[in-house]
Formats: sequence, structure tokens, C-alpha cells
Amino acid sequence: MYSEFSKGIFKENPIFIILLGLCPALAVSTQVVNALGMGAGVIFVLLGSEIFISLLKDFIPERIRIPSFIVIIASFVTVVDLVMQAYAPSLSRNLGVFVQLIVVNCIILGRAEAFASKRKLAESLLDALGMGVGFTLALLLISAIREILGSGTITLLAVGRFDGVILIPGLSSQPARVLALAPGALLVIGFLKALFNWLGMRKASRTVWKLEKMSAAGVPATGAPAGAGGAS
Amino acid sequence: MSYVGIIITFVFINNFILAQFLGLCPFIGVSRNTDSAVGMGFAVIFVMSMASLATWAVYRLILVPLHIEYLQTISFILIIAALVQLVEMVIMKISPPLYKALGIYLPLITTNCAVLGIALIAVRSDYNAMESFVAGIAAGIGFLLAIVVMSTIRERLDKEWVPKPFRGVPISFITAGLMALAFMAFDKALLKNLLG
Repeated sequence: MYSEFSKGIFKENPIFIILLGLCPALAVSTQVVNALGMGAGVIFVLLGSEIFISLLKDFIPERIRIPSFIVIIASFVTVVDLVMQAYAPSLSRNLGVFVQLIVVNCIILGRAEAFASKRKLAESLLDALGMGVGFTLALLLISAIREILGSGTITLLAVGRFDGVILIPGLSSQPARVLALAPGALLVIGFLKALFNWLGMRKASRTVWKLEKMSAAGVPATGAPAGAGGAS
Repeated sequence: MSYVGIIITFVFINNFILAQFLGLCPFIGVSRNTDSAVGMGFAVIFVMSMASLATWAVYRLILVPLHIEYLQTISFILIIAALVQLVEMVIMKISPPLYKALGIYLPLITTNCAVLGIALIAVRSDYNAMESFVAGIAAGIGFLLAIVVMSTIRERLDKEWVPKPFRGVPISFITAGLMALAFMAFDKALLKNLLG
């Protein structure tokens, strides 16, 4: 059961591994607070629509399932949009059109089609949570890199006397401004993806190396050793 | 804003892919060879111009008079889904090879954020029917421009040696980042200089 949850965070991370939902990830990742807001919105829509689709899967005719899924997803997106406009107007302004664009976020329709329409409620719920958390963590990583290096700040939610902005000494006076702008997003995600590829390759080659060493020592190699990956 | 202003804004200054990050999935997915990139680009131009016109009509003539603007997300996505279905049938009849080359990405235009994006942006900017239509075409041309340039770069890149972890998607993103850097030269000042 636990693996249904954790696979969305590491092994099948929507942004870095299966490359879904990139548009919002790049567009709103200028500030950490945007990443938090977007992540919360996506988790809510994912949870709501996966639960509904999983419950309704026996009643929706096969041929019109995609339009039905889209209508269910769009309803939850409308809820998020209206709630955000009412209770977090500044966040809603920052995210702009991207709140409504959650509806075409490939993660949500992809999970609905590949998972919720086939599995039981509990599994779909864990899957939705895992994918949503994985998306949010990836978004946080990208936005933290872009905001710290690009503006020299970390913007969080304003609570009480704390205005929500942390200044990084040394960087806030002379930031690498380009990272906060459009090209920065593409460059950051390109390098991060390469980093994750490299980590994956190192892990694979270590497994091969261990197997070779074992067979050289005369030990029969029985499958991949379980704890071989020390790279990540 | 004049029509020329709208065109310059959506093709260069606010290029959907390189400045606004709308429509990245097909941009990375279909930019492997130039032929399918061109086909995809024209399909997107067509869908975007039709979608912005149709969503304008539904928004101004149905949603606003009935005070149900909050249904815009749901109604827009359904209009776009129907339009894409239509385009798919037309392309299948006219050019089967193009249909095959576009593959999975054709139905995926429905979930291309660029199409829903232009519809929502046109409503937010209070464009009239003609302005929405022009904005749709211009944004589509911007998409075509970016994806064709990208595909020609990638065709050359295929022949070059690239470090292993960077092969495929990462190098494409970095290439797109450098293109975006070049597109930063187009800013509001360009509009001012051209149109006064």
C-alpha cells in the first residue's frame, strides 16, 4: 500500500521522471509561495477528481469517459479558482491564468485515465496523494533554486508580524536575475533532469559492477542485490 | 490595442512557449523532426484561432448575459475538446501520413495548455471577437515559429556528441532556455519603437 504513495514522489515523479505537468511547473516557479499555492491546488484537484472517478467508474460508459473525466476535473478546478480568489487574492493574482489551467494539467487526466478508472478507492486516494506531493516537492525544488539564485529571497506565506520574505545575505543585492526570468526556468529544469538522469545511471552501473564482482569471486549472481543503490 | 500590436505581442514578446510556458508538452514531444513540427504547428494555429473565436462567442453571448461566468473553465474545455475532434477527423481525411506523424499528440492538443490559455487570456484582456481571433492566430504562429526553430536545432543536435546524462530531454530544455534568452530581446520597447 505504501508503495502506491511513495512511487509518485521518487520513482514516478510527475515532473522529473515522467515529465507531465511541465507548463505550470515552469511558469509559476518564480517564488516559493507560488509553488506552495499551486501544489495545494493540484493536490486538492487530484484528490477530488480521483476519488470521484474511482467511485463513478462503473457508471461512466467507456466511450465518453474522457469528456466525463474532464468535466469532473474542471468542476474541482472551478472550486479551487473561486476559493483562491476569495481567500488568497494576492496568490490568485500571482498564479493568474495558471489556476484555471490546472484543468489541462496532464498529471490529473493521466492519473484519472491510467489509475483511478481501474483501481479501488483506497489505492486511487494514495496514488493521488503521492502524485500531488511529488509534484509539489518538485515544484518547490525548482522554485527554491530560481528564487534564491534569481532574486536572493525566499518568499513564504505572511504570518502575523513576519512578512513572509527571507532575504539571503550577499545574494539579494546582486542576484543572477536571469534565473528568475523565463530562460532560467528552462535552464534549471534541463540541468535538474540531467542530474537525475546521472544519478539513475550511476545507480544502474553500480548494480552491474557489484554483480560482476560477485560472479568474479565465484558467488552465483542471483538477481540484483537489493541494497545496491547507494547513489541517491 | 491595434491588430499589429496584438500580433507582435503574441508572436514575439509574449511568445507562448518561450515566455509564457504554454504548450511545452508538444513542444518537447513533437520537435524531433521538422515535418511533424510544421504539421503540429499548423494544427495548433487552426485550433487556437477557432477556439478563441468560439470561446469568445460562448462567453459574451451565453455566459455573461446569464451571469454564469464561473462556468467558463468547464465550458471552454468542452468547446476545445469538440474542436480538436473535428480537426482530427479533417486531418485524417486530408493527409493520412500527417495524421500518423502527429500520432498521440493530436488528441493531446485538447490538453495543450496553449489552447485553453489563449481562450482565457483573450477573456481576461477584454478582447472583442476580431481581436480574440487575431490573438489566437498570432499565438499559434508564435508556437509554430518556436517549434520549427527547435526542431531544426534538434535535427543538427542529433549528429553531435552530447554527454550521456544530457541526451534527449535535458539538452532540449537547455536549448529552449537559450532560445528564450534570445527572445528576451523582444520586449515592450520594441512595440513602442514600432508603433510609437
